[in-house]
Amino acid sequence: MANNTDDIYWQKTSKLMVTMMILWVFFGYIIHMFVVPLNGIKILGFPLGFYMASQGSLIAFVIMLFWFAKAQDNIDRECGVAEEE
Amino acid sequence: MANAAADKGGFLNNLGRIYALYTGGFFGFIVLVGILEQLGVQQKYLGYMFMGLTILVYAFIGIVSRTTDVGEYYVAGRSVPAFYNGMATGADWMSAASFIGMAGSLYLLGYDGLAFVLGWTGGYVLVAVLIAPFLRKFGAYTVPDFLAARYGGNGARLMGVIVLLACSFTYVVAQIFGTGLIAQRFIGLDFTVAVYVGLLGILVCSMLGGMKAVTWTQVAQYIVLIVAYLIPVVWMSAKKFGIPLPQLTYGQALQSITQLEQEFVQKGLATQAVVNARAHVTPFNSYSPANYFWLIFCLMVGTASLPHVLMRYFTTPSVRDARKSVAWSLLFIFMLYFTAPAYAAFSKLEVYSTLIGKNIADLPAWVFTWGKLGLVNICGKAAASVEAVTASCGAIAGHAGVLRLQDFGINADVVVISTPEIAGLPYVITGLVAAGGLAAALSTADGLLLALANALSHDIYYKMVNPNAPTKQRLVISRVLLVVVAVAAAWTAAQRPADILAMVAWAFSLAAGGLFPALVLGVWWKRTTKQGAIWGMAAGFGVTLMYLLVTRYFPGFGVQYLGMSALLNPVTWAPVVDLKVAMAAPNAMDGWVTLAHPLASKVGWFNINNISAAAFGLPVGFAVMIGVSLITPAPSKELQQFIDDCRRPRGKTLMDEKSGLVAAH
Repeated sequence: MANNTDDIYWQKTSKLMVTMMILWVFFGYIIHMFVVPLNGIKILGFPLGFYMASQGSLIAFVIMLFWFAKAQDNIDRECGVAEEE
Repeated sequence: MANAAADKGGFLNNLGRIYALYTGGFFGFIVLVGILEQLGVQQKYLGYMFMGLTILVYAFIGIVSRTTDVGEYYVAGRSVPAFYNGMATGADWMSAASFIGMAGSLYLLGYDGLAFVLGWTGGYVLVAVLIAPFLRKFGAYTVPDFLAARYGGNGARLMGVIVLLACSFTYVVAQIFGTGLIAQRFIGLDFTVAVYVGLLGILVCSMLGGMKAVTWTQVAQYIVLIVAYLIPVVWMSAKKFGIPLPQLTYGQALQSITQLEQEFVQKGLATQAVVNARAHVTPFNSYSPANYFWLIFCLMVGTASLPHVLMRYFTTPSVRDARKSVAWSLLFIFMLYFTAPAYAAFSKLEVYSTLIGKNIADLPAWVFTWGKLGLVNICGKAAASVEAVTASCGAIAGHAGVLRLQDFGINADVVVISTPEIAGLPYVITGLVAAGGLAAALSTADGLLLALANALSHDIYYKMVNPNAPTKQRLVISRVLLVVVAVAAAWTAAQRPADILAMVAWAFSLAAGGLFPALVLGVWWKRTTKQGAIWGMAAGFGVTLMYLLVTRYFPGFGVQYLGMSALLNPVTWAPVVDLKVAMAAPNAMDGWVTLAHPLASKVGWFNINNISAAAFGLPVGFAVMIGVSLITPAPSKELQQFIDDCRRPRGKTLMDEKSGLVAAH
């Protein structure tokens, strides 16, 4: 029984991990592979490709981490493995 | 824990008020110095005031945070709230290189320099998701502690300590070197004296209170460094564009830079080839695409493996707080890194619009201030004086006496330091920048020294040499080792090692290749065995180190025996060195060559720069670790249970606080 909830917990945690890694690869690498076409688009003077590497991806990383802390905490609570407050 | 709470309750409950007061006091101090400047007090004394007062404050925090409790010494009693640990990590992370060098690198490299911005932020995603919460649950004092528990014994611990020493020592030497440079430039101390003064500043923060003292000084240092970084660039943005949000307004600066680059070609101030190699927003003119992405990757994975960063997350009250704390850390780090490109763009625009195209005879004074120190070059020579500049440009055939783009060279470190002066801001801002740079260097040095000394005192002495040592003796040994490591680092820095700054970048690849596979697989793949981990760490670290040493110091050997070829120029794709000629030269097979050697750092496999050495070490580390694990017997039931316990936040830490032993199951 205990083992079973453990397995579910780890499955959900792993799924969240994979989601985070996909987002990480996207904002860390994939988006910057298109820097040349993106630089054709200009916003407030910023070529978009340059903007993504200098700010866009960074903002994404910060938001991802706050979201992750919350999502993982929800999984912990759901599966009854969260720490006592 | 109980005595920690009683001891620090008053302080911990009032953190917000204490640090708000401190921040207000700091602003008041800046205003005061500004007023003194207007009253005509000499710049030298203003510099002393900034340096002296900030160091005194750090020392005060260090002394009031002294402790005799092992838990407080190693992990700050695990009582640091997520938000404050985030600030402390920010200061721990952002070194002299980030504060002083980052904007300069972006100035020189343009888009390609953003690899550092991305690499040094994106790594925190790996820290939060893959590693930090699990190490916190385990309850380690040091990173090798976790390796020893997970991989049953001191073999893995020793490997961990070796990697830790290799990547942290050069790093701390660079910080002390940075401290020396700042003190030398701003308050005119002799470099060697400045290094030892910096050493005292570092020791007083860490020796008496260990992690506890380092944590609370790092929070104070973060506040100083971020204020010092933001004020000048916010001021410039307001002055130039009327909006004090440099992160938004530098888009216009980028546009002007690109326009000016084209105008230079039309006016004959630059050739198309020069602009192609330097265009600010155009990607891949300093690094090939492959090198750019491998560099980001190595920096990210290295971030997630550096022990002085990971150990900060051992100090939070819970696993939940450890995760939140990584998010706060990244937010605080982001504040500086998303401003650095603005700094670079503003100073580039300033140089392009006021300097290029000017008569050599009427260059502004700041060019010579920094030229005298060899940090600004005109026409290929240090711009020491008007006469020197006229002479060196006159020596170039067909030079019209007007400064061309290719004539001007600036050292990366000067950009941040000189910008307030170039933009005509009062001296108080320059003093503030110096105090910020000092805070960045000191805070990182504190964290690194603690990581090094703890590995020696806790992992080597207590766990391997004398496991029966009483608490008091352990703390004495810790402090003695801290001083020994610090003095060794300061001594090394005082010798002014030539490659020290490049070596910092190497630390990331070394940590990535040596530690990352063992840390990640240790949590995420139960089948990883002791033998797999030890061999994998040795292979990953060995290959990375080999690639770094061979390409930099034994390039002829690499070409002759290891099948390395010349790196390629990212714009023209021509080899950067003619291997036939260089290999025929009598010095081709020399060892420990200087950077002036024709092959040094110019050869490699698959056109990968040595700064990205983990591109080879990391895959090898993973492959060996997985391969050896699969052919050795699976870890025991108890160990699998141990991994399960690490994965679940609920329950006690697995390493007992008091004895430092792994709890029996």
